[in-house]
Amino acid sequence: MIARLLEGISRRGLVLLVLFFAAMIAAPFFANDYLLTVLIIILYFAFTGQAWNIMMGFAGQLSLGHALYVGLAGYLAAWLFTEFGVGPWLGLLAAIPVTMLAGAIIGFLALRFGVTGVYFAILTIAFAEFARLGFDHLTIVNGSGGYFLPVAQYDRNDLWLLRGAPVMFYYVMLAATVVALAVCRALLNSRIGYFWLAIREDEEAARAAGIDTFRYKMAAVVISAGMTAFAGVFYAFYYNNLFPEQVFHISRSIELIVGPIIGGLGTLIGPIVGAFLLTGLAETLHWLLGAIGIDVPGAKQVLYGVCLLFVIVALPGGVWPWLSRRLGFREAGK
Amino acid sequence: MTALLSLSGVTKHFRGLTAVDGVSLDVEEGEICGVIGPNGAGKTTLFNMIAGVFKPDAGTISFDGGRIDGLTADAVARRGIGRTFQLVKPFPALSVEDNVIVGGLLRRPDVASARARAHELLRGLDLYDKRHQRAASLTLPDRKRLEVTRALATDPKLLLLDEVMAGLRPTETDRMVGVLRDLNRETGLTIVLIEHVMRAVMALASHILVIHHGAQIAEGEPEKVVRDPAVIESYLGVESLS
Repeated sequence: MIARLLEGISRRGLVLLVLFFAAMIAAPFFANDYLLTVLIIILYFAFTGQAWNIMMGFAGQLSLGHALYVGLAGYLAAWLFTEFGVGPWLGLLAAIPVTMLAGAIIGFLALRFGVTGVYFAILTIAFAEFARLGFDHLTIVNGSGGYFLPVAQYDRNDLWLLRGAPVMFYYVMLAATVVALAVCRALLNSRIGYFWLAIREDEEAARAAGIDTFRYKMAAVVISAGMTAFAGVFYAFYYNNLFPEQVFHISRSIELIVGPIIGGLGTLIGPIVGAFLLTGLAETLHWLLGAIGIDVPGAKQVLYGVCLLFVIVALPGGVWPWLSRRLGFREAGK
Repeated sequence: MTALLSLSGVTKHFRGLTAVDGVSLDVEEGEICGVIGPNGAGKTTLFNMIAGVFKPDAGTISFDGGRIDGLTADAVARRGIGRTFQLVKPFPALSVEDNVIVGGLLRRPDVASARARAHELLRGLDLYDKRHQRAASLTLPDRKRLEVTRALATDPKLLLLDEVMAGLRPTETDRMVGVLRDLNRETGLTIVLIEHVMRAVMALASHILVIHHGAQIAEGEPEKVVRDPAVIESYLGVESLS
């Protein structure tokens, strides 16, 4: 199983991958609290970026509404925990089918009736907005007032209930990121992955090769939504509060897609690289501007935007394809 | 014996224009049939109806013992019809090999066996050495052969080729003719090809359909068809007789 998963990775690639994850495992022993929270955010975006990349990077279906899946899963797991004492892992088992169903409904409405491209993207935004407005008025989770998980002092890390110190959340998200990477690789190297790429590249030609494009696009939406559910549950238990105006907001959907785009759409490593670059860049700029004493409101955002612009113009295919060539990996077609 | 592909009174209108008007054609198993006619005659529309891109407004299309008109393009492909496109449509960002693997997966259980089949076909069509290149980096003749290879990887009973010779130099045309003739002889593959390059049509086809303004004006053996006054008048031109 593991041997098959690693098949086809070059020795150098494998060494780098192992070194990277070894460093990530060791990081909490060296990082201070602040750096640890930054790393958690990075891993969170690496995970959600990978989930979103399945839809856009592999199957070519643009979703601008992934906040919907994060929010739905987060609210559901938080509600089950608060009201019934159901733990987050069991909550996840409920959240995954719910987000998959939401994805299936959106996917069906769009793909069955030929809503494609930007129109499809607009539909995904619309559903996230419905959810935002709906949850604003959903009294069982306190509407726009926000929903809070019970917080108490925990003297030990309870992995089963996801209650504990940031370092526990860090390792949970690190494990999730590794699992996501393995899942994405297995998918990409299987029948479904080839069919997704074919659909992304040319849908008419894909159909001429006998691919039921509706079915495989639906699969991409549903799998991506189900994966995103984990991020939602994590979000709820890490932050302990959920506000419809925050979790379902379109800016949440957007910030989740920038990483994979900067890192390299459709690549396996791109979303991870992108998450490091973006969060790293934001934190560096914050520190840098502080260090040289610039205190103009918005200066960080402007510089951040300029940096992104530079990356997009210089490396339109994303950072990872360029980086992997620099590191001497064979240029892969996918 | 019944024909592998049988068209009967197939008609397609686009708004006021009748693109294909009551075309009937029988293609026997193992034969190569050429479809010729001037630009805009409706050849590609006819192909698109066979391949499931358009549904005919009237008439029926039968293939391998069943009606296929009205099926979707992917369902038609699964029935056993492979096709190429007039404007080539390889999967540009994928490698040559991966392009063919996509086709091979239609009737194979896993990627490994699809890859094995892809290698076999790529060798046959002289693309094996370029298998790791991105399809977008290929020259036009290579891309055309890649499309044929990808279509063949789906193990079709019938191959529809839409102007695979167009834009090729004479030596490349001869090479393609050789490849197709070998495929037909060795595997018994039935081929219907739209073609303007008469040299290729005459070398390959055992049966020709001529359409003009959507209607069929001649059909039959190549030698007879090219001497048909109506065909010369509308398509070939007088000088072709000399």
